[in-house]
Amino acid sequence: MSTRLARGGRLIDRTAPVEFTFNGKRFRGFRGDTLAAGLLANDQMLVGRSFKYHRPRGIVASGPEEPNALVNLGTGARLEPNQRTTTTELFDGLECTSQNHWPSLDFDVGVVNNYAARFLPAGFYYKTFIHPRPFWKHVFEPVIRRSAGLGKAPTQPDADRYEQAYVFCDLLVVGAGVAGLKAAKAAADKGQRVILLEQAPVIGGRAPVDQTEVDGQPVEAWLSAMEADLLARDNVTLRTRTCGFGVYDHGYVLADERVADHTPGDGRPKHRLWRIRAGRIIAATGAIERPLSFAGNDIPGVMLASAVRDYVVNYAVSPGDRTVVVTNNDSAYQTALALKAAGLDVPAILDARETADGALPQAARAAGIRVLTGKAIAKVKGGKRVTGVAVCAQAGEGTVQEEIACEAVAMSGGWSPVVHLWSHCGGKLLWDETISAFVPDPKRPPLNHDGSAMVECVGAAAGDLDLSGKPAAIPPVWVMPQGAPVQLRNKMWLDYQNDVKVSDVQLASREGYVSVEHTKRYTTLGMATDQGKLSNINGLAVLAESLGEEIPQVGTTTFRPPYTPVTIGALAGEARGEIFQPLRRTPMHAAHEKAGAYFEPVGLWRRPYCFPRAGETHEQAVHREVLNTRTNLGLLDASTLGKIIVKGPDAGKFLDMLYTGVMSTLPVGKCRYGLMCNEQGFLIDDGVVARIDEDTWLCHTTSGGADRIHAWMEDWLQCEWWDWQVYTANVTEQYAQVAVVGPNARKLLQVLGGMDVSKEALPFMQWADGKLAGFPVRVYRISFSGELSYEIAVPASHGAAFWEACMEAGKALGAMPYGTECLHIMRAEKGFIMIGDETDGTVIPQDLGLDWAISKKKADYLGKRGQERTYLASPDRWKLVGFETLDGSVIPDGSYIVAEGVNANGQRNTQGRVTSTYYSPTLKRGIAMGLLKHGPQRMGEVVEFNTVAGGTVKARVRDTVFYDKDGEKQNV
Amino acid sequence: MSDPVSALNGASFQGFATIREIGPLGMITLRARGLKSLDKAIKAVTGTKVPAPRRIEIRGDHACGWMSPDEYLLMLPYAEVGEAMAKLAKALAGEHHLAVDVSDARAVFRIEGDKADQVLRKLMPVDFDRLEPGELRRSRAAQVAAAIWQQDQGFTLVCFRSVASYVMGLLTHSAQPGSEL
Amino acid sequence: MLILECPYCGVKAEETELSPGYEAHLKRFGPGSTPEEFEAYMFARKNPKGVHFERWRHTYGCGKWFLAARCTATLEVFGTYPAQVSEPPADIIAKIQARRPDWRPDWKDTK
Repeated sequence: MSTRLARGGRLIDRTAPVEFTFNGKRFRGFRGDTLAAGLLANDQMLVGRSFKYHRPRGIVASGPEEPNALVNLGTGARLEPNQRTTTTELFDGLECTSQNHWPSLDFDVGVVNNYAARFLPAGFYYKTFIHPRPFWKHVFEPVIRRSAGLGKAPTQPDADRYEQAYVFCDLLVVGAGVAGLKAAKAAADKGQRVILLEQAPVIGGRAPVDQTEVDGQPVEAWLSAMEADLLARDNVTLRTRTCGFGVYDHGYVLADERVADHTPGDGRPKHRLWRIRAGRIIAATGAIERPLSFAGNDIPGVMLASAVRDYVVNYAVSPGDRTVVVTNNDSAYQTALALKAAGLDVPAILDARETADGALPQAARAAGIRVLTGKAIAKVKGGKRVTGVAVCAQAGEGTVQEEIACEAVAMSGGWSPVVHLWSHCGGKLLWDETISAFVPDPKRPPLNHDGSAMVECVGAAAGDLDLSGKPAAIPPVWVMPQGAPVQLRNKMWLDYQNDVKVSDVQLASREGYVSVEHTKRYTTLGMATDQGKLSNINGLAVLAESLGEEIPQVGTTTFRPPYTPVTIGALAGEARGEIFQPLRRTPMHAAHEKAGAYFEPVGLWRRPYCFPRAGETHEQAVHREVLNTRTNLGLLDASTLGKIIVKGPDAGKFLDMLYTGVMSTLPVGKCRYGLMCNEQGFLIDDGVVARIDEDTWLCHTTSGGADRIHAWMEDWLQCEWWDWQVYTANVTEQYAQVAVVGPNARKLLQVLGGMDVSKEALPFMQWADGKLAGFPVRVYRISFSGELSYEIAVPASHGAAFWEACMEAGKALGAMPYGTECLHIMRAEKGFIMIGDETDGTVIPQDLGLDWAISKKKADYLGKRGQERTYLASPDRWKLVGFETLDGSVIPDGSYIVAEGVNANGQRNTQGRVTSTYYSPTLKRGIAMGLLKHGPQRMGEVVEFNTVAGGTVKARVRDTVFYDKDGEKQNV
Repeated sequence: MSDPVSALNGASFQGFATIREIGPLGMITLRARGLKSLDKAIKAVTGTKVPAPRRIEIRGDHACGWMSPDEYLLMLPYAEVGEAMAKLAKALAGEHHLAVDVSDARAVFRIEGDKADQVLRKLMPVDFDRLEPGELRRSRAAQVAAAIWQQDQGFTLVCFRSVASYVMGLLTHSAQPGSEL
Repeated sequence: MLILECPYCGVKAEETELSPGYEAHLKRFGPGSTPEEFEAYMFARKNPKGVHFERWRHTYGCGKWFLAARCTATLEVFGTYPAQVSEPPADIIAKIQARRPDWRPDWKDTK
């Protein structure tokens, strides 16, 4: 059994005991433990079940590469699935549960998959669940969904806070092992601004476990002196618990700081995402030990050799009284020595190599450990934990020569440099024959903005696996034993988390997969949350062998960020709840809220859709608002309307290019409706333009269009007509704007008092400056409803007060606020188009019968050439007309007008579509506008619109103006 | 007529830094370039010289910031705007320029305290270590445009009025006690 | 995420402070142009793997459009320059050729 040793443990504080629970069982550990160390100290070897076969799984590693020991951490609003026990710091009160089993970890029904394993080979999804078709949805998918997946998704909103921060440096060093520390110090000595990140809570990397001294000093002394030196410098920032997980263009790096994972609920942000911009990046990210592929290499108790010595040295945890070491390189001998030093038994070291005469093997022999060379593990014995190993010759086919009883197996298949950060932006790799690993090719680094190398790898990440400088030779051992038959190969796990075995990769190769990228997707090798940190190299080596190719020819899969999983909370940062995205509010927003407005998004704006009263549905409220505005008085918050000032000697010429109509001839004091098109000729915006003075115009845009149109204007002024003397300013937010609409509109302004707004003083399509109720206002006599209407602009700081004054003064006149839906219905009753309804980026003004707003005289305007294209000039285009259903019903939104026959896909042919469709409370029937082929020539014809239910609805073609055709209501 | 009301009516938050919405302030966008009367016109309104690129010239409660090669932001007490607009019109008469009152289009925040910079470091892709005294930096705060500069042991931040409550939310989130960088 | 230095205000702006404007130095063809000319103006884009000229706007800064010469394959930036030119200035071409000796402007012979 695994247990806590009486002495040692450099990272634990025995004076600070902590209690935690695993599946409800209470355990004790110490501050400084990882959760994995705490579990092992309590003999919890079995920690989870595998993804596909539900095999019992234990802890394999001691770092972020851990594929098996993932748990549901926390409960309720602090539940996080798939947390790696090997990087989770233990704290008092920690609660976790194991994953992927039913009904219990010890007795799991899903394990039948294990016995059915030969029916679940690589690609079984693609092969098995094809027929019969209906089975997928009702049988296969529900079953697979229940049995697949790891942790449980939390059901409550996350109780924690997250944030992000931007930081800049000359040099970013990722990894505070010896190599990283040295690199940071060297740059700091040169006065550079240095940031040093370490994913673990402590610095030092593997050195304190694997080395006795650095530069002639004891390791611990060297590290503390270095840490003190760096911390004392103003130009160095050291951040522990911070994983630099992704490198992006031009020195951009993202790092995840686990601020309060180990102190949940203390008020600090749980994680902080650092957005780092570094002049240069040094990846001192070390190397990850590889497993060996032998039968039963996934049984709890089989661990990486480096992890075994980490648990012994760092946490004083024994994996078992007897540990067999199996290796193809010298580094695993350190584990044997560490176990011995801790008073534990190492029955044998099985070394696949024919000879092992380095310093470490010699030291092991000297310590009395039995070293067997040329040997392999034929099979690990045991189920939920290791009970022994069967030994065979590496060169053979697995004939058992000897059985050795043990509780743990420490394996080392060599080391893979962590080249992820080097590779994220395209750094290339070389296959290093000496250490059987991919290493960075310094000649082909990822490039920075100036063409220099953006990333440099140092230390083990560069393939320098022995800090003493001697390259440690690691011969390739990809399958153990070399000639293992299929019975053994299909018990050799490559990818523990996704349950991919040697036999699966070999099957893929037999089935014709030659690309490593395809094999990965077919077998799911390396596609789990650990992203193949342990499995990728072993897997592609097996693939290369099966294909009879060399490893460099097969190549690796692409390394993509993040290096380790990052919680969504950190990526979202502050963008949650109220500040998920900016909500733009008008100055009258609070008043609308008080009035019970139901809001709808218009771009980022929130505008009242309607103002429902008690007991009213939204539809009823909208209809009331329409009728009241048409008979009494309606008030609309029109503040969101875009307002752009255009001024200069060439402003008229500029606006004549921008609009399809002529704006240069507009007299001062008057307003004119205008259309803007893009260069393809398609309508992009519309609005009323007012001439303010000789060289100043005010352009109104749609609510969603202000920023876009302002940018559009600046684009043309800066990039095409840069010699024209024109300035623009977006003053949308300077003004609150209130539309006063309805038969009583003028009366309201007269009650407010201060200006002559009579028909004579302020006729339709004119504007005037003045004061109303003491407020400085600009009044535009324009109408988007067909009613007598004034749009009144006041400085935004007075917007709320002015709105209130209008509401108050309007009480006696029947004033009610109305929302955007009422606005839409009223404009549709009048046949006014709406950008985004009648237009969709493929509609030109001529399609909408707006030829009157297009100048025939102008030689040029934006979109004119585009509109001359034969397709757009064709008489066969769908054109805007009105529709009235024969039965008075409302045509469904999005309906098409069907034509005779069917197309190649068997769908009904179409000849048009609806663009705006409403119930008109004024006319008490459905009204609609839409585009119809040859529309204006087909007045009176009856056409059919399809409906959601599958039938059609008949409607008569008519003109688009349903209400007050002669404009008598607005011209009073 | 009522008194002008700023976007958040002077909201504030006390975290590890102090956040205050201030204003309303008078602000004028002046677009002009290479005009011979520009020095005089700006001097007349703010009492400052024309700022160098990316700089702000501050004189008491008046200031002039460089916004782009042909745009300046003139800041002054709200009540003085009308008079200032008249002064600009007079000083720049006959020269191609655009002066508009944008006092009501903006919201202004003060972020104060020893660690005021940390509040902004969480929101803006700006190298605050290299921000120079008198530098006006236009960038974004999370998802919206913002301009900032250092002033009186703190920072002043200007954004659009409609997003004032979003920005207040950002600053409040970033200044939470215990979240110091 | 790219960094481009705005030639107007000198800010080394990151991509999130900028808006892309796609290929630079397009010649506008309006009414009277042939279908081929209009097609080239509207739709034909070089989309090269290598040296490219692009429009960018410093949207969250000074609001100005500027042009950038960069390599679409390696993301190296050779330089940025104001938008009020119809072809890249000589100093930008020199900077490109310093790092891409084989590269030649292609607008001299394409009309």
